[in-house]
Amino acid sequence: MNRYKLAMVLFILSEGTFFGLLILAYVYFRATTGSEPIAAHVLDPLKTGIFSVCLFASSGTMELGIKSLRKKNFAGLRFWLVATILLGATFLVGQGMEYLHLYRSDITISRNIFGTSFFTLTGFHGLHVFLGLVVLLIMLGLGMSKDFLAKHETAVEVASYYWHFVDVVWVVIFTVVYLWVFL
Amino acid sequence: MSDIPVTSLPHAIPHPRERMMSWVASVDHKQIGILYMTTAFFFFLCGGVEALLMRAQLAFPEEHFLSPGAYDQIFTMHGTTMVFLFGMPVLIGLANYLVPLMIGARDVAFPRLNAFSYWLLFFGGLMLYFSFFAGGAPNVGWFSYAPLSEKPFSTSPGIDYWALSLLVLGIGSVAAGINLIVTILTLRVKGMTIRRLPLFVWMTLVTSILIVMALPALNVDLVMLLIDRKLGGNFFAMAATGGSAILWQHFFWAFGHPEVYILALPAFGIISEVIPVFSRKAIFGYGYIAASTVAIGILSFAVWAHHMFAVGLGRPWDVAFAAGSMLIAIPTGVKIFNWIATMWGGSIRFTTSMLYAIGFLIFFTIGGLSGVTLAVFPIDWQVHDTYYIVAHLHYVLFGGTAFAVFAGLYYWFPKFTGRMLSERLGKWNFWLTVIGFNTTFMVQHALGILGMPRRAWTYPNLPYWGILNLISSIGAFILGIAILVLIVNIWVSLKHGERASDNPWGAWSLEWATSSPPPPENFEKVPPVRSRRPLWDLVHPDDPDWLHGNA
Ligand SMILES: [Cu+2]
Repeated sequence: MNRYKLAMVLFILSEGTFFGLLILAYVYFRATTGSEPIAAHVLDPLKTGIFSVCLFASSGTMELGIKSLRKKNFAGLRFWLVATILLGATFLVGQGMEYLHLYRSDITISRNIFGTSFFTLTGFHGLHVFLGLVVLLIMLGLGMSKDFLAKHETAVEVASYYWHFVDVVWVVIFTVVYLWVFL
Repeated sequence: MSDIPVTSLPHAIPHPRERMMSWVASVDHKQIGILYMTTAFFFFLCGGVEALLMRAQLAFPEEHFLSPGAYDQIFTMHGTTMVFLFGMPVLIGLANYLVPLMIGARDVAFPRLNAFSYWLLFFGGLMLYFSFFAGGAPNVGWFSYAPLSEKPFSTSPGIDYWALSLLVLGIGSVAAGINLIVTILTLRVKGMTIRRLPLFVWMTLVTSILIVMALPALNVDLVMLLIDRKLGGNFFAMAATGGSAILWQHFFWAFGHPEVYILALPAFGIISEVIPVFSRKAIFGYGYIAASTVAIGILSFAVWAHHMFAVGLGRPWDVAFAAGSMLIAIPTGVKIFNWIATMWGGSIRFTTSMLYAIGFLIFFTIGGLSGVTLAVFPIDWQVHDTYYIVAHLHYVLFGGTAFAVFAGLYYWFPKFTGRMLSERLGKWNFWLTVIGFNTTFMVQHALGILGMPRRAWTYPNLPYWGILNLISSIGAFILGIAILVLIVNIWVSLKHGERASDNPWGAWSLEWATSSPPPPENFEKVPPVRSRRPLWDLVHPDDPDWLHGNA
């Protein structure tokens, strides 16, 4: 068993529990409180959906990068890493625009329980995406050296685990927070 | 590395400042383990002084030794300190020191992450205690129930310090847990299969999984509380804008009950090492102890609401959680029987370490039994929030965990330091602890049944309340003297104690195969592991364990 991969899997389990409980809290409040405004009246699932596609796609580009790495195609890896970072950054820009829009309509973290649980959940996710981007940027920087990639293939792989995790969490959050408004 | 064995290189005597630096910059699991344990012991003394202040205030009815505000801060700090700054770090430190040695490894899987975990503990602890100078320590109890802990009801910055430092400590614990799991799963020496692991390592493995899975529940609670307090959030507010105070309790105890086992399982591990060695018998029912631990680990996530019977969750929930809580007594009882069966017919040596282990068996069982009474929720309603709870939890955590830690201290001190602790002072230490501990907490069962609420600053002079409290306070000060004897013992033995051989107790696990204290690289050569007791096999080549199908 590779110790780095095992450690990342355990870290993801721990982080998964963290997000699982935040999502649970959101669902609990969504189901039990009717305090206005609520998600259905202020969120734009279509717009956020488009930006979400960027994040989902970035998991694919990440995987293509790992495939290149396995074939020792380092230039390919770098290309896909850049693509992943750009897609991830686009997602964050989308989130920033959404926050700005909500803030202008006076929907803040302190307004009511929807605001509190929405900004907490999506904010923590955004923070994780941001950290993932930092990790990927470090991988890209170190990946400029062939030596590093030849010796530390695992580092990039482990980073990709984390990136997929961040992506999967968003699948759940997007479903629970944005698609639920149609019900 | 070169081919010259490290031990044969000349040792320069380091300048004191360099010696200091070698600790601060250390990534060696033994040094970090010692740092963990000494830091934990320091905070144990802080928590102990807080306990004595409380008992001084409660010695007589209607006393004014402490102000009500100070009393609130002190009981909150006592609980928080003993759980997060003594219990967890002392056990993580012990695991840090012992696990690599027990599995024949050079170090943990991630030595630098290990140092990071320790320094998070160090600074997290400092941050918590800094609150005393920054406007007041936290004052709403170690589980900070909302909505009391919310801004409108508690403006003290102490609660922000409490939440922030627990977050820091929680991150450190998760990192330590991951490190230990990976170490155990990937760094075992050849022959050390999962079924041959010393039981202490088994317990550490399950504990670490609990840490990794349970601490996030606390962390979620803490960030939600901080968002409420600092950003005006509505999570636990119970206002027209939404929010639920009960959610705090659910998340807190989803962490809090597994936490009980995070504090208890390593204690079981210590007892499972100490009892066989001083009974001169292999552990009885190794498989049952390991398997029942896994059962406890799983069950511990499904019983949290037994802390919430007074909330009024509804009869079906109360029944389910009562049944689950009673169920957990079964795997725990299995262990008690295994330890007694190990002692049965053995030639027992009553060293201080063994005495503490026997004390553990008795007092932990008492705590476990009062725990079963609390799982019966009508009884829980009756004694909820009284001294009965305080008595119960101290039998589990002091009579259980602390007694096991002391057993482990007397047992492994020779390995840590190369010197034996004094058995004569040890016996004084043990008997004073037993007398002090039981005098303090046995009467609290009665106080609870008489209805004395916990966490109350003072009390009226009702029948028996005065005398029972006075007895309890006298017991606490006897316990204080017992701890002083322990400090003297450690101090004197470090300087003048009898030199320890590699294996002073005639034990069988790998940590005793190397010198006392071990060299930086741990082993020159790890003995072959062909059974659960590699050192027995080494000493008895004519009668090794693996011949008897114990491999
Ligand atoms: Cu519990």
